[in-house]
Amino acid sequence: MLDNLTQRLGRVVKNLRGQARITEDNVADMLREVRMALLEADVALPVVKDFIAKVKEKAVGQEVIGSLSPGQALVGVVHRELTELMGGTKTELNLASQPPAIILMSGLQGAGKTTTTAKLGKWLKERQKKKVLTVSCDVYRPAAIEQLKAVSAQAGIDFFPSSGDQKPADIAAAALDYAKKHYYDVLFVDTAGRLAIDAAMMAEIRDLHALLNPIECLFVVDAMLGQDAVNTAKAFNEALPLTGIILTKLDGDSRGGAALSVRHVTGKPLKFAGVGEKLTGIEEFHPERMASRILGMGDILGLVEEAQRGVDQEKAQDFVKKMKSGKGFDLNDFKDQIGQMKKMGGMGALLDKLPAQFGAMAQQAGSGVEDKSIRRIEGIINSMTPLERTKPELIKASRKRRIATGAGVPVQEVNRLLNQFEQTQKMMKQFSKGGMAKMMRGMKGLMGGGGGFPGLPR
Amino acid sequence: MFGFLKKKDEPAPAETAARPSWGERLKAGLARTRATLNTPLTELFSRGRIDDELLDDLETTLLMADCGVEATQWLLDELKAAVKREKLETPAQLREKLVGLLETLLTPLEQPLAVDGHQPFIVMIAGVNGAGKTTSIGKLAKYFQAQGKSVLLAAGDTFRAAAREQLMAWGERNDVTVIAQESGDPAAVVFDAISAARARHIDIVLADTAGRLPTQLHLMEEIAKVRRVIQKADPSGPHEVLLVLDANIGQNAVQQVKSFDKAIGVTGLVVTKLDGTAKGGVLAAIARQCPKPVRFIGVGEGIDDLQPFQAREFVEALFE
Repeated sequence: MLDNLTQRLGRVVKNLRGQARITEDNVADMLREVRMALLEADVALPVVKDFIAKVKEKAVGQEVIGSLSPGQALVGVVHRELTELMGGTKTELNLASQPPAIILMSGLQGAGKTTTTAKLGKWLKERQKKKVLTVSCDVYRPAAIEQLKAVSAQAGIDFFPSSGDQKPADIAAAALDYAKKHYYDVLFVDTAGRLAIDAAMMAEIRDLHALLNPIECLFVVDAMLGQDAVNTAKAFNEALPLTGIILTKLDGDSRGGAALSVRHVTGKPLKFAGVGEKLTGIEEFHPERMASRILGMGDILGLVEEAQRGVDQEKAQDFVKKMKSGKGFDLNDFKDQIGQMKKMGGMGALLDKLPAQFGAMAQQAGSGVEDKSIRRIEGIINSMTPLERTKPELIKASRKRRIATGAGVPVQEVNRLLNQFEQTQKMMKQFSKGGMAKMMRGMKGLMGGGGGFPGLPR
Repeated sequence: MFGFLKKKDEPAPAETAARPSWGERLKAGLARTRATLNTPLTELFSRGRIDDELLDDLETTLLMADCGVEATQWLLDELKAAVKREKLETPAQLREKLVGLLETLLTPLEQPLAVDGHQPFIVMIAGVNGAGKTTSIGKLAKYFQAQGKSVLLAAGDTFRAAAREQLMAWGERNDVTVIAQESGDPAAVVFDAISAARARHIDIVLADTAGRLPTQLHLMEEIAKVRRVIQKADPSGPHEVLLVLDANIGQNAVQQVKSFDKAIGVTGLVVTKLDGTAKGGVLAAIARQCPKPVRFIGVGEGIDDLQPFQAREFVEALFE
């Protein structure tokens, strides 16, 4: 599973080296690997079959250029095709109707409709300055309405109250009336999760659609969905005139093949992707990244974003200021730095995002040890009083003993940390005085000195 | 099958009389899996002889049922070996072999949850977002009550909006005490619940937790903490760590089992939403790659549509 498709194809074509083009003969085995990779990524089989046929058509006869192996060339074709399949049509939300623009949310149970509603509402409010109202027509699941109410409040958008003993159609009509009277730009109608085979529930949402005539009818789908994604999407697409798809839980470690299945079956654009449990966790859909992910090629861009998300911008700027001023870099900052590393999931998590072969290499470098020592350092700092953290020079023998006991480490470790810190602090000072060149020299000495800056992988 | 119905008849005889039996509901619930597996299968197995084409189509069918590449490969290899070894000739024999294989594969997962031996018996429930944890807890509470046990729920999902209300609504409907706090640390809620259960001599504590994806490491650490705190409240606990899996999830289910197992030591699975999905097959993938006892499966929205897993019944329902 962790194998990169490129590597696997490499194995298949090992004995085909030197072939200058992809031919009918050598493509069959390679395509089998592509097929397996797609299936493991949960792309539905009928979609895989169509897709493979298309790739074969495009790939056969392709010249293998330069230093590429036939396998790499094929992966190129596959990646391009995947990207094209998932991209294409314009993906923006269409709000061009007489206000309120109505957005109807549909999907299976647990797909993430309610959370997505709030995320999108917040997004529209903040990015496009829209006045947004939400309403829940989920009269079935206990507390579903309260959930939307709570997340709407968190998102800072308005919520139209409803209750479990009302009919969904009545709720929707009342909300629409209210939205019109109060000049809302956008009305989100959240619905109960339903199975595509539940005829009564599908009829209910069809009726809602007929009543509201929404300009956007979005299908919310879990990126982890398996082979059945294709059936579910088909059924929803037949029952409702969907206008777009939102993929949720993309921050998980599934390959997200469902995206391809759903896109293929419905032909509707993938508009947004939900990531993370926070209400800011929604982004426009990137077909190219999704293609890389489905193929297990790692997500370098995702990695960069992860880093950005993990780092608190304000704190980072404060830190830069402190660095520049050359003073005041204390153990609190030290701890913040460690905390931010941890927020990104530590080295281990970052490695997972790398393409398979790099990841494996880095793993061998033994990152687990690194994570552990970072935890220790944090423990030691946590055992200090706030005063000690700002003025580490206060820490003498008896304080050291106390800190060591508190953190459960020998006194030597406390010493080592303080030494490291002192050196780091010196480095910071040099940085502010002498600039980069001097600092690099300082670093060299540090690294050789055995301890090393704890935040840096050795 | 019979033993099963008998067990169920005792606590709620009136209900079973009015409603279709669990076996029937299981069959109805798995209709989709069966449709995916069976329509092609019936066609497949009614062919004249066993040939490569038939095996290829069988592979397709298994993959479509979410069995995953690994389990499918294994099943096919075993079948091919059996064809040679036992000189199988008719597709009907092959079918029988496949049923047998699936049963052998799934039977080790059939280990019903025994809730005796500890009081309170602490069950911790975990899973990704939207797997059906809170709903399953409601159903489990009902299930245990029907066996004459007293149940207490701990609203440990302090993150998702209205998760607490959802559980409290369940509790009210079914007359079960729910321990909740305004907000705060899930571990603290669970700790309180265990103390309360001890004071009230409750038999079973069901501890809900917030949904989390295994990639959210800080949340995985949080849930590991909940487990540690349970241990602090009761050194012998938690007596069961249930991972709730949505059967619609594809091969990521395997990854989920592995990740949660690493964080909190999963001792059993609850597989939900098996109705309306083509996907009984994910159980085969789990059986091959990370076997854990499947304690319960859910095949419908009704409160007693969550029942202990029985491999034979399950496989039969797939093929009948």
